[in-house]
Amino acid sequence: MKTTTNIMIVGVGGQGTLLASRILGNALIREGYDVKVSEVHGMSQRGGSVVTYVKYGDKVWSPIIGEGEADIILAFEQLEAYRALPYLKKGGVVVTGTQCIDPMPVITGAAKYPENLCEKIAAQADLISADAIGMAREAGTIKAANVVLIGILARRTNIPYETWIEVLKTTVPPKFLDVNLKAFDMGWNHQ
Amino acid sequence: MKQLMIGNAAVARGAYEAGVRVVASYPGTPSTEITEVMATFPAEDVYVEWAPNEKVAAEVAIGASIGGARAMTCCKHVGLNVMADPIFTASYTGVGGGLVIAVADDPGMHSSQNEQDSRHYAEAAKLLMLEPADSGECLSYTKAAYALSEQFDTPVLLRLSTRVSHSQSLIEVSDREEVALKDYEKNIPKYVMMPANARGRHVVVEDRIAALTAFAETTDLNTVTMTDKTVGGKKIGVITAGVSDMYAHEALGDSVSYCKLGMVYPLPVDLLRNFAAQCDEVYVIEELDPVIENHCKALGLNVHGKDVFTLIGEYTPAMIAKAVLGEEMPEHASIDAIPGRPPVMCAGCPHRGTFYVLKKLGLTVSGDIGCYTLGAVAPLASVDTTICMGASVSAALGMAKARGDDFAKKLVSVIGDSTFMHSGITGLIDIVYNKGINTVIILDNSITGMTGHQDNPTTGKTIRGEATRQVDLEALCHACGIDWVKVADPFDTKTFEAVVKEACALEAPAVVIAQRPCALLKTVKYTGHCEISDDCRKCGMCLKLGCPAISKREDGTIVIDENQCNGCGLCVGVCPFHAIKKIED
Ligand SMILES: Cc1ncc(C[n+]2csc(CCOP(=O)(O)OP(=O)(O)O)c2C)c(N)n1
Ligand code: SF4
Ligand code: SF4
Repeated sequence: MKTTTNIMIVGVGGQGTLLASRILGNALIREGYDVKVSEVHGMSQRGGSVVTYVKYGDKVWSPIIGEGEADIILAFEQLEAYRALPYLKKGGVVVTGTQCIDPMPVITGAAKYPENLCEKIAAQADLISADAIGMAREAGTIKAANVVLIGILARRTNIPYETWIEVLKTTVPPKFLDVNLKAFDMGWNHQ
Repeated sequence: MKQLMIGNAAVARGAYEAGVRVVASYPGTPSTEITEVMATFPAEDVYVEWAPNEKVAAEVAIGASIGGARAMTCCKHVGLNVMADPIFTASYTGVGGGLVIAVADDPGMHSSQNEQDSRHYAEAAKLLMLEPADSGECLSYTKAAYALSEQFDTPVLLRLSTRVSHSQSLIEVSDREEVALKDYEKNIPKYVMMPANARGRHVVVEDRIAALTAFAETTDLNTVTMTDKTVGGKKIGVITAGVSDMYAHEALGDSVSYCKLGMVYPLPVDLLRNFAAQCDEVYVIEELDPVIENHCKALGLNVHGKDVFTLIGEYTPAMIAKAVLGEEMPEHASIDAIPGRPPVMCAGCPHRGTFYVLKKLGLTVSGDIGCYTLGAVAPLASVDTTICMGASVSAALGMAKARGDDFAKKLVSVIGDSTFMHSGITGLIDIVYNKGINTVIILDNSITGMTGHQDNPTTGKTIRGEATRQVDLEALCHACGIDWVKVADPFDTKTFEAVVKEACALEAPAVVIAQRPCALLKTVKYTGHCEISDDCRKCGMCLKLGCPAISKREDGTIVIDENQCNGCGLCVGVCPFHAIKKIED
């Protein structure tokens, strides 16, 4: 019954998760899939957790992904990667940037930022982590960290490299295209 | 070519293709993008405005409709409360040009103060209501709504929900159909709703509902798909509407029969009876209230509904699979308890200075709705109440009248510029008229922030970005009868504190206009970032700001995250030891 591939993109408001889902969505349309993308705007944009669901296949019904249903979790921040873990399917993949952003309860001292999150994730899932910000800085701007992560994710889908490049050309402003192509390649080649 | 579009954009596209000429709305998540997308269509084709509130917006749309144009107004569920007055009577007058009211509910309360179900309004106001399930239906139902509005001479409610409004699915666009303005005809019995005429119109309304109920039996907006398959030896049928239809299909596939209702008011009778008669067991799958379920039960149909499904929050396919098929939820990882990540005011938010001062002064804060509602979140935790737009002002008058002047002098209302325009002015007039001595602080950040930065009457720009006459808040408050009005910068915390104290101490009503633009506006250009020097004595004063860029390490060291800090400089003035320095890049 469930023939869709489910990708969950998680991060913190302002990290550029929306651009990532746009690039992914456009790549999937080009490949001829039925696609649904669901995100919640509003309160979550003010530095809160942001979650986007991307689903594709021959026919997609529900736009949302439930617990235990995601094939891939693409995370922009470690705590958010861990928070999303219950949504991962058994045997699913987590791709995460290693950035840590303190949430308000940590800032006020009401809670501690949990330690060893990557180890905890790796204990329950197939984990690919990357210093996306460092890689993006190397590519030319830390703003392209989201595209680095898209590059890592891209390699784990069955969408050809050329399609991604075409999509980047249409979604990224020409001024920033070179840096973003470089950032994408760094992600694509990340092991 | 097919394109991905959020439901809201598809509603806008549908309205555009249906030849809509006038759109007036007040923003409200999750409905806002409909009107924003409308404003991307050529101004020659469609007039689009942000109105000061939903009541005004609905009246503009009703006027346009009477004037012969296809018109639309869009709101979130609570916005429908505000426009209830005009639309209940517009149900009596009927329309000239087609009139559609798009209303977006928010099951799960992703960005709302309650979880009301707007379908009750359809029944109460006796208005036809359609409910699309994805972007494709958002487009086609919006077009259908205009045709039905004119065919049945009624305003039409288009019910959306967060998942439909904000999910993208594939649609195909077509050209705009030019619909000519209808001739304007004076028609007193139809459009002047005084008792003698309204009595006649009520008969028309009831006849219309009867005609629409008959229409509901045959329209292809309602679809039935039968299967011979059985589950546990029983033929199962599900009745769905909106996004729950998508969830049901994903969960149940073709193992059950479907009755999908695209028209959710008025509901069909025979269609449902026949459907139920062909099934051994019927489930009504609807988020929030048991509207369809109660209708079925009133028809004497034996259906499951809220006995197996919750009244609260959003549904998921897994919930439906469990309730109908008894399937267990998929296995999944479990995680340790971790800190939440609630939304916070942005780094550089002007409201931060205001709440820092209000907290310091220990005032009771009658709050309102906007980014500044986040002033209730720790560490600022300054806001005492939040009810609905405008209530900060009027509820504070009530508090003051209940508890007396001494209490009133330790009480302030906080209200954003957009919210003040929406429904704060009337409360302020009440204070003046009824001799209140309240202090109202208007948080003028030059934008409607919470809903994603829309212009409003105080910003000097229209929805299309054209310059327009700006409402002068100071002059307006004076004109309402407030003699004491002062403008202060909330980032100049010392002066701001003195101004608030002065206002509160008065034996007369006072208005403080806290003026500093939202940090996310393109016109705001903070540069550099702040750093903490060795002079820091770890007193923690700066942490009281609740700025997401400032945090304390385990050893007590205070640090500013350069990536998060936008250089607004608020913390510089707050540190008693002058340990925070601004560094220019
Ligand atoms: C009746 C109603 N309409 C719309 C909304 C959605 N809404 C919440 S806050 C807000 C406006 C906030 O703007 P403003 O008062 O200027 O404060 P800011 O967010 O800019 O600080 C709106 C439109 C609502 N909650 N209730
Ligand atoms: S959007 Fe503007 S007003 Fe709202 S929290 Fe951010 S800075 Fe403050
Ligand atoms: S750290 Fe200071 S300067 Fe930077 S955003 Fe926060 S309050 Fe403003």
